[in-house]
Amino acid sequence: MATATLRTPYVRRRRVGAIAFRAATYLALLLVLLPAAWVLLGVVARAVPHWKWSVLWTTSSNSGGGLLNAILGSIVIMIGVLIVAGTIGVLAGIHLSEMATISKRSGKQRGNVMRTATEVLSGFPSIVLGYVGYVALVVGLHWGFSLGAALVILSMMVIPYIAKSTEGALRQVPTNYREGAEALGMSRAYALRKIVLRSGLPGIVTGLIFAVAIAGGETAPLLYTAGWTNQNPSLKLLHQPIAYLTYPVWTYYQQANNGLHYLAYDAALLLIVLILILLVGSRFVVARTQKYSEGKVG
Amino acid sequence: MTLVGGPAGQLPATPQAARRTGPVRRAAEAIRGHEETGWRVAARIAVLVPLAALVFAITVLAIKAYPAIKYNGFGFLTRRTWNAGGSSAYAQPVYTNGVEHPASVSYGAWALIVGTVQTSFIAVLLALPISIGAAFALTERLPRWIARPLGFAVELLAGIPSVIFGLWGILTLGPFLAKHVYPIVADHMPDVPVLRYFRQPVGSGEGLLTAGIVLALMIVPIITATTRDLFLQVPPLPKEGATALGMTDSEVARRVTLPWVRSGIIGATVLGLGRALGETIAVAMISGSIITIASNVYSPMTTIAATIVSQLDGAETDGTGFAVATLAEVALVLAVISVVVNITARIIITHTSRLGAPLGA
Repeated sequence: MATATLRTPYVRRRRVGAIAFRAATYLALLLVLLPAAWVLLGVVARAVPHWKWSVLWTTSSNSGGGLLNAILGSIVIMIGVLIVAGTIGVLAGIHLSEMATISKRSGKQRGNVMRTATEVLSGFPSIVLGYVGYVALVVGLHWGFSLGAALVILSMMVIPYIAKSTEGALRQVPTNYREGAEALGMSRAYALRKIVLRSGLPGIVTGLIFAVAIAGGETAPLLYTAGWTNQNPSLKLLHQPIAYLTYPVWTYYQQANNGLHYLAYDAALLLIVLILILLVGSRFVVARTQKYSEGKVG
Repeated sequence: MTLVGGPAGQLPATPQAARRTGPVRRAAEAIRGHEETGWRVAARIAVLVPLAALVFAITVLAIKAYPAIKYNGFGFLTRRTWNAGGSSAYAQPVYTNGVEHPASVSYGAWALIVGTVQTSFIAVLLALPISIGAAFALTERLPRWIARPLGFAVELLAGIPSVIFGLWGILTLGPFLAKHVYPIVADHMPDVPVLRYFRQPVGSGEGLLTAGIVLALMIVPIITATTRDLFLQVPPLPKEGATALGMTDSEVARRVTLPWVRSGIIGATVLGLGRALGETIAVAMISGSIITIASNVYSPMTTIAATIVSQLDGAETDGTGFAVATLAEVALVLAVISVVVNITARIIITHTSRLGAPLGA
């Protein structure tokens, strides 16, 4: 009886459908991972044949040279973003999670205007922000191409991201923790610092590292705010252009001059290495700080 | 979350019973007493920054674009020409309605808007099924020990800079497709509407379809990661129930899991669309950067974002400042499109998440 029913066309169709679906999901996963591997290997394959270690300690020149200035510049920009956007973003996230809670009087969710503004800003195309930075800061306020203009614009870009990830991380901190802190007589500020922030730390740090990686990989907003220079960064905030790793990739890849041409590939390789170190590093940070938090975070 | 709130005055203060002496100790105590105020003030100022930044950006764009809006008029959005007037025109500026501009300029954003919509549409069309399939494989199929590293790999992809995708697209993928894939596609496509645009000379690989494919790769990680998190939130009981009723895996996926998270997937897709609309550098490198509407899927074209980045240098040479003003106007158009798309996504996500799950959960 059972075998008879299994042979009906209806059952066969369902079985084929199930197998096809299974195959399709694996195929989709391959289509996500294979091109990515191709991108990474493609960049490595272009950079390695002409790789010279001296790019790490010579500055660029108009005919080639190295990438020391770009590496240092990118690191300075990323640290600057971490300080500026990190502070503002984390504080904004604390406000959204801990202070803009549901009002006791009206029962309404507070902070919705801020949430919407954060949301809208995070959807702003980076090139539009770069353009704003160029016309308002570089030209309008006479800052010139500078670290300052780049930091303001990149921070505008990643603050919403940091605020959202901080809010998410703090919301995952169990309410029990806060109640327990209150019951023990801690002030709210003390509880925030010692209990809530510490428990949410893995999530916050992951968000920060991702934000810094995003900022370090940006090209469009930097082209018209940071400018470019063959010199090492001077830490002057204004009137001094600063180099960064994405510029050689975008500008030199079509140059006939081999020195510049290879510099584009080298910069692409260094960029990938830098960002992968950051992102993989964020995993280790999470693993190390996990002990403060209950369950899985990040 | 409500338990966190409450006026500060009602809460117990830092224990001050321990009478410590010394000026340093007392100062520390005094600061500690105001710590909460400090946090509150700092956080309130910080949360105003995104709002201020938003107002600042829109104001700057509006002021800068005002002369262009005045001269270009409403026809700007639907005009197909993009004529900067040529360098000789810069020497003899003309005034129209009080706006100084080079003679014989004629700007229209239609080709840019169409290009932006086309590339993003192709990207979402390709990325959505792949992302959902990959998310299924990660959550429902593979064992945890392999799904977790693969999931992390997908998250890593979201961090690859767009300039890297651009470099790979123009040097590796574009030539590869133009040589090995596009000719086969062009030869075998039937001569019916829509698909007709594939039966064309394939060109060099710089163009609409290549740009769309690379954009798809860039938004796949976003949609996949969000969809995977959504699938993990579907409670196991309805799925187990469906399996117990004799449904196959694909039927459980189609009738239980997908309907459960449908709205979230729409939201994630629209967020990916927003990213694709604003993507600049990769498209500027791969699209061929020609301000025209693509005549077939292989032809070079450009988008709003790519135009802004590749034209700003040249626009600076317009002494009247009109070219820069026009770029501000297209930037404003792009900003409006992106904001509308993002707010739509937000509304879809918040609205539908309140409706809750379809079955009795």
